[in-house]
Amino acid sequence: MEKKTVKKPRRMGIPRQPMPKQKPEERTGNFNEVALGYTVELALEEAERCIQCRKPPCIKGCPVNINIPAFIQLISERKFIEAARKIKEDDVLPAMTGRVCPQEEQCEIQCVVGIKHKPVAIGRLERFAADFEAEHSEMDLPEMESSNGQKVAVVGSGPSGLTVAADCARMGYDVTVFEALHKPGGVLVYGIPEFRLPKNIVMREVDYLKKMGVKIVYDVCVGRTVTIRQLFDEGYKAIFLGLGAGLPRFMSIEGENLLGIYSANEFLTRINLMRAYKFPEYDTPIRIGHRVAVIGGGNVAMDSVRSALRFGAEEAHIIYRRSRPEMPAREEEIENAEEEGVLFDFLVNPLRYIGDENGWIKAIELIKMELGEPDASGRKRPVPIKGSEFIYKVDTVVVAIGQTVNPLLLDTTPEIKTNKWGYIKADPETGETSMKGVFAGGDIVTGEATVIAAMGAGRKAAKTIDAYLKNLRADQ
Amino acid sequence: MFKILKKERLAPHVNKFLIHAPWVTKNCKPGQFVIIRVDEEGERIPLTIAEYDREQGTITLIVQEVGKTTYKLGDLDEGDAIEDVIGPLGRPAEIAKVGTVVTIGGGVGTAIVYPETRAFKEAGNYLISIVGYKNKELIILEEEMRQYSDELYVTTDDGSYGRQGFVSDQLKDLIESGRKIDLVLTIGPAIMMKVICDLTRKFNIKTIVSLNSIMMDGTAMCGGCRVEVNGKTRFACVDGPEFDGHQVNFDLLMKRLGTYRDQEKESLERYLQNKEKA
Repeated sequence: MEKKTVKKPRRMGIPRQPMPKQKPEERTGNFNEVALGYTVELALEEAERCIQCRKPPCIKGCPVNINIPAFIQLISERKFIEAARKIKEDDVLPAMTGRVCPQEEQCEIQCVVGIKHKPVAIGRLERFAADFEAEHSEMDLPEMESSNGQKVAVVGSGPSGLTVAADCARMGYDVTVFEALHKPGGVLVYGIPEFRLPKNIVMREVDYLKKMGVKIVYDVCVGRTVTIRQLFDEGYKAIFLGLGAGLPRFMSIEGENLLGIYSANEFLTRINLMRAYKFPEYDTPIRIGHRVAVIGGGNVAMDSVRSALRFGAEEAHIIYRRSRPEMPAREEEIENAEEEGVLFDFLVNPLRYIGDENGWIKAIELIKMELGEPDASGRKRPVPIKGSEFIYKVDTVVVAIGQTVNPLLLDTTPEIKTNKWGYIKADPETGETSMKGVFAGGDIVTGEATVIAAMGAGRKAAKTIDAYLKNLRADQ
Repeated sequence: MFKILKKERLAPHVNKFLIHAPWVTKNCKPGQFVIIRVDEEGERIPLTIAEYDREQGTITLIVQEVGKTTYKLGDLDEGDAIEDVIGPLGRPAEIAKVGTVVTIGGGVGTAIVYPETRAFKEAGNYLISIVGYKNKELIILEEEMRQYSDELYVTTDDGSYGRQGFVSDQLKDLIESGRKIDLVLTIGPAIMMKVICDLTRKFNIKTIVSLNSIMMDGTAMCGGCRVEVNGKTRFACVDGPEFDGHQVNFDLLMKRLGTYRDQEKESLERYLQNKEKA
């Protein structure tokens, strides 16, 4: 094709194409998506930068092993819809993963172009192809095996559950997803804000799954509404648990239950799932003050602090006990936050929360930290500096320091064994749990991780479920 | 969607709904609650299940109109549907034979005390029930309570029916008259539960309360329902809703229940104004 006419020197001279974004001063006034996506021209230019390695290391960096060079080649041939289909062979939710995957530490870090130049913007190209397909095609169904009549139950409609549902539907199973909330998507909908992952994109991907024959039942909390045992009794032959992480983690320090202190889960759910930003048109309220402090340095902390800014907080701070290089959030999200005017207070840690006479938060007592020797995570351990305590005025706090296990299903299903942290013990390669016919993946197994890691676990579990059910069919 | 099969007004601003919710009834037990969302714009609120019928696949909710959501619910009629009903949530009540049990309901709290009164009675306990209301008009479930109580005492704040005073006055009299009480279960406004617990603590009578903290998902995700029990943070949606009342920090609970007082007021006023216009 024409591609071959591009000479090597030109290709090497193309810089990594930047992502068009809403201007910072504009976007803090709305909840619309910040990154606007590549245009056709930008995508073609960026696609040229891929050198089509014969042994592409990027594929190995991807948790679901998308054939990256192949889809980029299709983009440079202007076969955008085919490019999306190519991605979908391995990743059923490309519009989402293109947006929220940490490509810089997965596929892009492996990119050979990245050794001398900046790596190919794989994530941006993935997103481009997925959006192009959605806007310009009927989203044709993938090749599907004919129905085998066996019923598979998927618990939770987050990234791992949706992946299992899609894969199993494709392999001919009769799949029902049980979701406790009133909308599908799990963390993709209640957790990740509109400005990073628009909800209509999630709905579009879910609709695609429905078109594939996946059924979704809302308002069912497996473990309470219906037990695992009852699902088997109702004819489900295999059950996948993709419950996600659970209860928010707090630091167990004085004053944590004061009014105006939110867990990131609650803060983000009120905004994203319940649309508190449209109060009083929507009924769910939220109270965000003038000076907001978000405790933590991960993606959830960035999502929270940027949401607070959009709510009109005069000052939105990140309180993080280490320094900038140690922050677990994606670089892109940190940069977005900086551009928007988020203030970062590094090397400080809360000691206690101080309330006013009505029980509302009014200040935090912080202590300064310094970095010592690296700890188990490989990051330098923060050590408190004696006598450096000080009072820090705030009127809203969001605690974004992670989650603990969701006790609900496990309480009612003792057959499922857990590890010492309370997460489900499941084989990382197969998703098998200690209960026959029950598989698990995602945060409920690993603790808080990424969307794509959960999808990777779902992919593996779907393969195991297929093998397991094929055996059952053979026995009958 | 969850269809309202029957609606009945039990007292001014107190409605009883029979709702088709077959999933909820599969495993539902006394003491558990559902989270409902009335419509697409609605918030999620917890409501305790008053009765359930597994064969019919129905649950009964008894709801007082206090805020926009409960008013909106009250404006629905038979044949209408509620957008979402999820449950049963929370741990079921621990029902056992312990001897003499006093169950105390305040206002619509009686609707929650009622199924447990019945369960305690059926477990072979001697049941003394005390139910209290503002006035005679607001009395609900008197006959139902009587049916499962060996003794029933009704109090009204204004003395328009039964004994004038609070449920705690009646309980105090029972204790002081030397009645042996093995367990108290009290459900109602936080302040009432606090007063009861302060009283029974002095006499070392085990007291169970059901906490109605603000909830959103109700499934151990958001942490909004956190309460302090025995100095520790607990989550009412999964650790509760029932707790040992002597260990509950009621002052904190009452403060947290008021988190959105201003917005709740605004929301309700707008709703009632729009309703008037329409």
